[in-house]
Amino acid sequence: MTSTVVEQTTRTAERSEGPRPRRSAAVRADWIVGYTMVAPAVLGALAFVIAPLVAVLWFSLHDWNVLANTFVFSGTDNYERMLADEGLKDSLLASLWFSIGLVVFNISLALLLAVLLNQKLPGTTTFRTFFFSPVVVSLVAWTIVWSFLLQADGGINGFLSLIGIEGPNWLRGEFTAMVSVIVVQLFKNVGLNMILFLAALQSVPEEILEAARIDGAGAWRRFRSVTLPLISPTILLVSIITIVGSLEVFAQIAVLTGGGPGNSTTVLVYYLYQQAFRFNDFGYASAISVLLFVIVLVLTLIQWQTRKRWVFHEN
Amino acid sequence: MRTETQIPDAAGTLPTASTTAIVTGSRVRPRLRRAGSSKTRRRLTTIGLVALLAVISIPFIFPTLWMATSSLKPMSEILQKVPTLWPSDPSFAAYGEVFRLQPFAQQYWNSLYIAALVTIGTMLVAAMAGYAFARIKFPGANALFLVVLIGLLVPSEVTIVPLFRMVNAMGLINTHWPLIVIPIFGAPAVLAIFIMRQFFLGLPTELEEAGRMDGLGRWGIFWRIAFPLAQPALGAVAIFTFLKSWNLYLEPIVYLSSKDMFTLPQALTQYVDAYGGPMWNVQLAATTLTVIPVLAVFLVAQRQFVQGLAHTGLKG
Repeated sequence: MTSTVVEQTTRTAERSEGPRPRRSAAVRADWIVGYTMVAPAVLGALAFVIAPLVAVLWFSLHDWNVLANTFVFSGTDNYERMLADEGLKDSLLASLWFSIGLVVFNISLALLLAVLLNQKLPGTTTFRTFFFSPVVVSLVAWTIVWSFLLQADGGINGFLSLIGIEGPNWLRGEFTAMVSVIVVQLFKNVGLNMILFLAALQSVPEEILEAARIDGAGAWRRFRSVTLPLISPTILLVSIITIVGSLEVFAQIAVLTGGGPGNSTTVLVYYLYQQAFRFNDFGYASAISVLLFVIVLVLTLIQWQTRKRWVFHEN
Repeated sequence: MRTETQIPDAAGTLPTASTTAIVTGSRVRPRLRRAGSSKTRRRLTTIGLVALLAVISIPFIFPTLWMATSSLKPMSEILQKVPTLWPSDPSFAAYGEVFRLQPFAQQYWNSLYIAALVTIGTMLVAAMAGYAFARIKFPGANALFLVVLIGLLVPSEVTIVPLFRMVNAMGLINTHWPLIVIPIFGAPAVLAIFIMRQFFLGLPTELEEAGRMDGLGRWGIFWRIAFPLAQPALGAVAIFTFLKSWNLYLEPIVYLSSKDMFTLPQALTQYVDAYGGPMWNVQLAATTLTVIPVLAVFLVAQRQFVQGLAHTGLKG
């Protein structure tokens, strides 16, 4: 790869008029500028991404207790421990439920909002601001407010009591705690996806919708058969970004439920944090990091594989 | 249907608007005549949809509004069963407590200057790298770009253990260095580099050639021409970098240990009474103080903000 770039550069140098040595000096000067400009990013990637990644693989093969100051090579012990670890299984399940729930609700709500805002209704700019505003509200602040509203005698149940429903203790039930975490995250971030869908909807050509209308297709039919296929690339892309993002959720869990009740909302990153910084088990935490990395890697590779199809579709 | 869809393609991009107008224009009339009540029906649909939007917007705006107004309430009123939006007897007492219980002003400043430095640093590093990867042909560029791109695959949580070790070994625990340097040069900056590269790929070459004619060197072209033209992309990078740094939670709680070094997200969770129970009115006052500046900026620059983020566009 390197040599072809060099060849191309020299070939253009030869073809161009003017004395050759001066030209190639200019080319070389350009190279130096190029290397200088990418140096901070490349060195940063080596120091803060690649090296830690190699280190985490290495650490995961060790029995490493920070407090006891032991660092002993243990081969695949940590990985074997993972296979038998009920807590890890719980956290994988929690992550799975969280991701599925978040993706389903997030995509449908974002799409619904985008479609509604795409109608020529009065006040759409204001509503867009409303739906987007939680995105800029600080994450922990947003979560703290919701944690107050979701308490047993909090605001949500207060509203429910107005219509004669006695609400559950949201954050203390296994199922309702997971629902709460999903809902809090949903309203926080759905505005971003809404904007992306809105952009996609606005790129659907008016003419095609008009043609379908002339053919007698109703509003729902037009949406299902024309709009939806045309924006499907965005839907797929947003889904995968939301899934990968949902795997990294941490602050919401730490503030809202602390992983509980039981392990019901201990998602993978929270479990990783506990193992590393509560139990000081850096070796096992590293093995979990590797697992998290593999999951994200697989999801991203799927995205890249299918991406070509979407790009083609887009054009 | 297929032939219909091909018409705009054949007509090209420019005339389509007028073509559509003609097509729709000829069709609007009979439909209007057909149903006189369709106008009122449309109006009813509009009212219904707006009402639906209003209902959906409640969970988006109520928590923030309630937070701000409740910070002015006494504890007893916050704990009232059915929440009231407006305090019966507004008081700023809780705000005094915010600053008495923690070095809140210091923590505020910590968050602000860290986010500002990370934003400026990321913009510079990403603009330079993005420009070089998009515009300069140098040997190994592709390989180096791949090295950088790996950062997209690595969530920062994956590397937290080794990075903590690294920071610890350098004696930088309980300093702000890891919160500034790692985001600027590490994985969090990769998306910014990618966005900048995409932008510079689309910049017309003529502009650079004009600069070269005027005798500018590579750096001159970058600083005087490319960088100023990259404002939309830089704006998007600035917005999401600032928000990301402002929201950072895992890293601060791992790296920082003393209250005067804390950042805001961390500080907010520290308002507890002697028994570990949360002091809601003080906490709500503190959260209000952290939300107001960013929300205010957003409300003022709403259009640029939203467009800026839409521009990061994932599409590119």
